[in-house]
Amino acid sequence: MARRYLFRIFRFDPEKDEQPFFQDYYYEEEKPKVILEALMDIRNEQDATLAFRYSCREAVCGSCGMVINGRFELACRTRLNSLGTETIILEPLPNLPVLKDLVVDLEPFFEALEAIKPYVMFEEEVEGGRVQGGQEESLWLSSPGFRIEEKEMEAIEPLTNCILCGCCFSACPVVARDERYLGPIALAKLYRYIRDPRDRRSFKDWQHVGNSSGLWGCDTVFRCNEVCPRQVNPAHALLALRRRYVWEKIKQILRKSK
Amino acid sequence: MLAHDILIVGGGLAGLAASLQADPTLSVALISRVHPLRSHSVAAQGGINAALGNHPEGRDDSWEKHAYDTIKGSDFLADQDAAELLCREAIPMIYELEKLGVPFSRFPGGVIAQRPFGGAGFPRTCYAADRTGLVIMHTLFEQAWRRRVKIYAEWLVVKLLVEHGICQGVVVYDLTSGKIFPVRARAVIFATGGYGRVYLKTTNAYINHGSGIGIAYKAGVPVKDMEFVQFHPTSLYNKNILITEGARGEGGYLLNRHGRRFMADYAPQAMELAPRDIVARAIQTEIDRGNGFEGEYVLLDLRHLGAEKIKKRLPSVRDICLRFAGLDPIEKPIPIQPAQHYSMGGIDVDLNGATSLPGFYAAGECACVSVHGANRLGGNSLLETIVFGKIAGREASRYVKGSEIREASSHFLESEASKVEEKVKEWLRRQNGEKVHRLLNRLKVVMSEKVGIFRQEKDLALALEEIRHIREDYEKKGYLAGQCRRFSQEMVNMLEFEYMLDLCEVITLGALARRETRGSHYRLDYPERNDNEWLKHTLVTYRDGRPVLSYKPVTITRYPPVTRLY
Repeated sequence: MARRYLFRIFRFDPEKDEQPFFQDYYYEEEKPKVILEALMDIRNEQDATLAFRYSCREAVCGSCGMVINGRFELACRTRLNSLGTETIILEPLPNLPVLKDLVVDLEPFFEALEAIKPYVMFEEEVEGGRVQGGQEESLWLSSPGFRIEEKEMEAIEPLTNCILCGCCFSACPVVARDERYLGPIALAKLYRYIRDPRDRRSFKDWQHVGNSSGLWGCDTVFRCNEVCPRQVNPAHALLALRRRYVWEKIKQILRKSK
Repeated sequence: MLAHDILIVGGGLAGLAASLQADPTLSVALISRVHPLRSHSVAAQGGINAALGNHPEGRDDSWEKHAYDTIKGSDFLADQDAAELLCREAIPMIYELEKLGVPFSRFPGGVIAQRPFGGAGFPRTCYAADRTGLVIMHTLFEQAWRRRVKIYAEWLVVKLLVEHGICQGVVVYDLTSGKIFPVRARAVIFATGGYGRVYLKTTNAYINHGSGIGIAYKAGVPVKDMEFVQFHPTSLYNKNILITEGARGEGGYLLNRHGRRFMADYAPQAMELAPRDIVARAIQTEIDRGNGFEGEYVLLDLRHLGAEKIKKRLPSVRDICLRFAGLDPIEKPIPIQPAQHYSMGGIDVDLNGATSLPGFYAAGECACVSVHGANRLGGNSLLETIVFGKIAGREASRYVKGSEIREASSHFLESEASKVEEKVKEWLRRQNGEKVHRLLNRLKVVMSEKVGIFRQEKDLALALEEIRHIREDYEKKGYLAGQCRRFSQEMVNMLEFEYMLDLCEVITLGALARRETRGSHYRLDYPERNDNEWLKHTLVTYRDGRPVLSYKPVTITRYPPVTRLY
């Protein structure tokens, strides 16, 4: 049996509208659908000007993060009948510039990520590293390739599940009040690289995040863990990074006092 | 006018690989219709093949054996020199990905883990649980950050520009501004992916319209073996989200309504791990004979693998089942059905990724080298994207640096963009007509009903006729109901639809002409492979406003065609 929903959708075209507004659409759900499918139906049948992003429809591409009845979610995996209400309010990810309707500019999020050098760093590009890539003996097999036990990867495994949808950044209360703050996933990713046995960066390469716009900025209210659609738990990694930072500082002091 | 030495179109694995291999002294840019991280490559699950020999049962593996499995899997339509190149390059490729930071799963002892896959003589599929595509995509995108690759995201390429007989650039629809304009380039690499969304049931992302193949075809570049369309055996019933072959690689069973492992009737040796064409047909046959459930699906049973293995090796499969089907594969079997998955055919390229049009290259799913022939083996597509993406990046750089290129006039490039602009204005002028999503749906119905897993002459002929009708409606009645240009998916769909019609026509033409059964192309009226007449590649070229069929021989190095038995 068809079920009738009221969709109240955030609309804003900065080129035309003076300010954002909500527009209502009634939607008949013939068979169980997810928010993304309903949005596509509304666009096709009612209003082709409605803008939203999508791609994979299986929660792995990170396109369709938005706020659904106040909760951060991926539209592609949220069933209408799971919301417990016939009124569905859709808003774009907050704390990011709106380009049109539910489409936001993720550039601030990506910029924060780029600031931590989000890739495995080789010997030749780290502070004080040798120009030629001299790896430690134990890491290499006789044939090329690394010898890494699965348990060494356990610490970083959840972090490789991240799809960079931007939900954590958008939901973070510190990001909301301090635009210099790097945000949860940039710091969590930094921890991912530091813990990767292949990464050659030293403390000198990352100690610059030891301030209030970096790892001491976090309020530890764990909004990022809560909203993450992939159970990445960025705050756990961030706290581990803090411990690592303190330990490295102690080592520095001990070295100096010698 | 915006200009670059090399333009790469497509931000998935092939496009990223090309951008990383392109000569950094040249001006290189990557155009993608979505942010590159949203490309469909992220959805690849099961793994990437390379004969590393890390598995206890894979010690005797070699790249030659990988090549033979690929060729046999292709039903001997693959060019054998291409398959050999692919499989030889696979091994250093994996080590390079490893060095860049791909978090592959591990065997005790710290080596990269490998699992069995369909049609493979040894367990040689390297993986990162069941999110191999996601982690490789993110790793390559990290490299793009490191190398500061110039990226234009949310730009859709709508035309390839050719003057003086060479490739000169593209016309772009910029979703963010709504504008249409030319971009000059001395070389263009297409890495635009597949066309799954011309079928009703597909594992592909919503964005996989395949217009890249159609754009190349309309520019006069031949397309090859387009009638070979892969249907994946195991997509989640109803949603058609991919359930990786790795689920069977880890030991999953396929069961019919009677609880029987029916693959015993179709591939008694390989069972569930026969090549995809054979398994997909077996499943469809069971369903058609009434041995399925609700006339729609059979079951993929993982329960005997145990909770620990499922959680460790197949976590995404479990998540997908929980989220999208409301069931836990630890406790219940998964309802599955075949769905379109991959295009073996594509833009005709040589071993260097070069097409017949100077300055124009293609790699990945949109290209046909051909390494997959009539049927691709699981785990070979990720491999192909990176090996041939890199080759295309290297060769396009050589081309740009090594030749005097006669540049097109700005006037020519601008006027080509204006032609597209005029078309859009006409769509905006029309106050009513046929909406593009309806046209697209009609096309999907035709392709699914008449150009699907099982084919025959009368259906294919009818399909051609119906595609023509849809094209007429598109040309006469197509319009933009939204009357807007910024972030308009309706406009994207309208611009792409012409090319979707083209590629559907080409698939159907090739399928109608090929009177034999080979790999994924199954003709009910010609159920045998016929090497005497059909051991050759289909080429379709757009000439004087219509498609022209021709053929070219398959390259055979050392493996004479034999009957496939599994």
